[in-house]
Amino acid sequence: MTTKLFGEPVQRVEDAKLITGRAHFLDDLGHDALGAAFVRSPHAHARITDIDITGALEVEGLVAVYTHEDLTGAAGDRLPLLIPHPALTEPRTGYPLARDVVKHVGEPIVMVVARDRYVAEDAAERIVVSYEFLPPVVGVDNARRAERTVHDDVPDNVSAHMVQQVGEVDRAMAAAPHVLELDLEIQRSASMPMEGKGVYARWDAAEGSMRLYSSTQTSTGVRAAVAARLGLPLNKVDCIAPMVGGGFGAKIMHPWPEEVLVPWAARELDREVKWVEDRREHFISSAHERGQIQNVKVGFDDDGRVLALDVRVWHDNGAYTPYGIIVPIITSTQLLGPYKPGSYRVEFWSLYTNTVIVTPYRGAGRPQGVFAMERTMDAIAEQLGLDRAEVRRRNFITPAEMPYDHQMTFQDGRPLIYDSGDFPASLDKLKALIGWDEMSAYAEQARSDGRKVGLGLACYVEGTGVGPYEGAHVVVESSGKVKVATGLTTQGQGHFTSFAQIAADELGVPLEDVEVVTGDTRRFGYAVGTFASRAAVMSGNAIAMASRKVRAKALHIAGEALEVDPGDLEIVDGVVRVKGSPKSAIPLATVAVLSNPLRYAFDEASKAATQFAVGDTSGPPIGADQEPGLEGTDYYSPVGSAYANGMHAVLVENDAETAETKILRYCVVHDCGPLINPMIVEGQVHGGVAQGVGGALYERMEYDENGQLLNASFMDFLMPYASEVPTIEIDHLETPSPLNPLGIKGAGEAGVIPSAAVFAAAIEDAEGFSIRSMPISPSELFELRRRHAAGEVPSLTRRTATKSAAKRTTAKKATAKKATAKKTTAKKAPTKRRTTS
Amino acid sequence: MSEPAGRAGEQVYDVVLHVNGVLRPASVPARRLLSDCLRHDLRLTGTHVGCEHGVCGACTVLVDGRPMRSCLMFAVSAQGSEITTVEGLGTPDDMHPVQQAFRECHGLQCGFCTPGFLTTIAAFIEENPEPSEEEAREAISGNLCRCTGYQNIVKATLRAAELSRDSPGEST
Repeated sequence: MTTKLFGEPVQRVEDAKLITGRAHFLDDLGHDALGAAFVRSPHAHARITDIDITGALEVEGLVAVYTHEDLTGAAGDRLPLLIPHPALTEPRTGYPLARDVVKHVGEPIVMVVARDRYVAEDAAERIVVSYEFLPPVVGVDNARRAERTVHDDVPDNVSAHMVQQVGEVDRAMAAAPHVLELDLEIQRSASMPMEGKGVYARWDAAEGSMRLYSSTQTSTGVRAAVAARLGLPLNKVDCIAPMVGGGFGAKIMHPWPEEVLVPWAARELDREVKWVEDRREHFISSAHERGQIQNVKVGFDDDGRVLALDVRVWHDNGAYTPYGIIVPIITSTQLLGPYKPGSYRVEFWSLYTNTVIVTPYRGAGRPQGVFAMERTMDAIAEQLGLDRAEVRRRNFITPAEMPYDHQMTFQDGRPLIYDSGDFPASLDKLKALIGWDEMSAYAEQARSDGRKVGLGLACYVEGTGVGPYEGAHVVVESSGKVKVATGLTTQGQGHFTSFAQIAADELGVPLEDVEVVTGDTRRFGYAVGTFASRAAVMSGNAIAMASRKVRAKALHIAGEALEVDPGDLEIVDGVVRVKGSPKSAIPLATVAVLSNPLRYAFDEASKAATQFAVGDTSGPPIGADQEPGLEGTDYYSPVGSAYANGMHAVLVENDAETAETKILRYCVVHDCGPLINPMIVEGQVHGGVAQGVGGALYERMEYDENGQLLNASFMDFLMPYASEVPTIEIDHLETPSPLNPLGIKGAGEAGVIPSAAVFAAAIEDAEGFSIRSMPISPSELFELRRRHAAGEVPSLTRRTATKSAAKRTTAKKATAKKATAKKTTAKKAPTKRRTTS
Repeated sequence: MSEPAGRAGEQVYDVVLHVNGVLRPASVPARRLLSDCLRHDLRLTGTHVGCEHGVCGACTVLVDGRPMRSCLMFAVSAQGSEITTVEGLGTPDDMHPVQQAFRECHGLQCGFCTPGFLTTIAAFIEENPEPSEEEAREAISGNLCRCTGYQNIVKATLRAAELSRDSPGEST
């Protein structure tokens, strides 16, 4: 047997060219293309009163200047609303080049095309745009107060209002023995891939066709949008995602204005045109995410079981809603995590602000939902004086309850039904991995020594592999080499390797004989894109299914050639042979030759398929159900998402003086089903955790009250370096998904999802007072300490429940808080008796 | 540097850069960044540009053996220096130990920041052939990576040093 590759930590096949500088990213193409640059709004909200381009016209090397009114046909139309939703009652999208009014800093107004980017920027800076200032709306709180509006015809700034409810929340809340309320906040961050966006367009006037390269997460999506906007037939447009330098969500949004404008200009000018985003452009004109304010009300029993959960979310969607309301929908559904509250209501308002648009960033609304739920779990444990892990366990959905139907609608429009997972087992693994009890004791000891050490944990469930579908084409060439094409794109996930592992296993060929192409509409035109941790699940299964078709065909042809039953054949190392009689064999390469009956031989091997070489003349050369070529295409389309899950624990120490948080241990238990390539999966987890560390401790978009992004550079937006990211300890649980042939679940986003929650938990544990807003900087923690010392921020009661008698003031405050809690309990008590008797 | 030549209203200088052991002529305006000259004039696109303000380190090349941010240098000022880009470290058939180590240790995902790490680490292990894990982490902490979480880059740094020690003289 060929060694099974599925599950092996195979080294990546794409690395050789990436580490020797031979891979091609967007800006590595089109050296002779004209360069494009944009004049972007420096104001968050303003009416354009005049655009004076005369200064630009003097610049030697200028080729063209375009404003909104120059755009022809559909190119100037409002950008599409990609994902309509009935709750999105006030969708608004922008124009590729602003018309009349700009609604965020960075919105493109003028496109300049010149000999190269340097000259284009020279010309752009000589263009004078005059503005009449309008009052900007910045921040969720200002948006919901609606004293000012982003869009004149949306007086409350609400683009969407949605409620989902399961069970009798109000009744269950009223009956609950304990009720708590939490006000929470998460600030904005962004995907921030190392490579920004970029578009390079080649118009072929003779053919009337467009070849477009974009640093995108969906080449089929961009292709369809560009064809529509340029009025071209789909078969006259191709879009290729070259090597893409990270995406993390920002590049699934499409078409970006530049994706319409660059090909449009290339056709207008009949010249190659390229635009490559610079870092400041990326900060102010690519998407952000995360910003939310949340209010959680939870009712629970004496054991900490959640009886009622009532959550309200105010979500900042930026100036426009081209990507719909996917992010808050995910927050509101994935908030449930591994738990089964007795009743649940979630209500969100998606709000306009004069800031750049909000579209999914790795995790896509889940980090916020998990933050809400996990803060709540910790608050329950705190209130009841219970172990935080134990409270979670008591609320878990059990393996016996799978599949578990939450009776809600998920982001894919399908029922929220968990297909797999063993949450108690995952928790056991996590507790063992970090040594939960030992570390709790360690932290407690450290605190009694005056150190600020704390332990936290957080759990999540992630719906991965959302539909509608992906497909794959697999062909064995007459050389015996296998070519695999799938339509979704790659931004570093190692698809060229893990997909090759799948195809090699299914076909019985060596890994080095398989070559995978992704994101090239010339090779595979039907696809959705790479987002929502879906690539491995969707294309992985499609490749397996297409490979199985090819295998069946190979066995059929080889069976005829060897005059044996195909069921008696196997394929080992690229050779089809009779089981138990390996001398009776035929190479897959020869089978490929035979699969395509020929009149004309083109080399030695192909002679075998010519008309006088093939023996059987009783039937047609191509049978009724057959097609020429040893190839197959298949599609995987799931009934619902495959739900992965994970649990993280972190041990932190906050500096007693500077309030800087240091990570002592970081542990992850991850369940994405069977691992195709554990090395790659762990790499995904590492990267996710690093982004989570950034999002929890460092990264935030600092808008001032005028809507200016104050930290729009890598100098000021603090992404973690190696010095900030800990060594991550990982354990896996592999509960297979029953939904797909390979049993796999997505892994791409996992690492980042519980970060805000787990750090808040650990920092809270270290400090002895509640953390309700993330990210948290040393300055903010320092200020909280000051307010805590001044009695403005109450202590955790659990601290006083432990023996430390020394902290008298803390104890006093905690007692006061406990009394309040008891009062709530007392008020609810009669109802409790009624419901329990 | 030769006479300024006319090109579309901007003075252009004929320079000769010593890149990866080869003398490469180019005509560039004074403001042409070394990164752009390497990438677009000399077509050495292995060097990447991530921020153009010297923070991310993706554009790091070796200038006379020292890691420098090529987005913070002008091409005209690089004359007379020996420049090594990622293409000069090794080829797919003859990799530098740091390149081998990155592949072995899964030290890259999207690969965009990678050339800057490779050049930085190549210089580092020359200077410190037996680094501790802490020193390795410190050495790479001026470069940004958004994919890997650095864990495998630290590992690759240590492995690169090990490979270099095993086969001395092969590193650049």
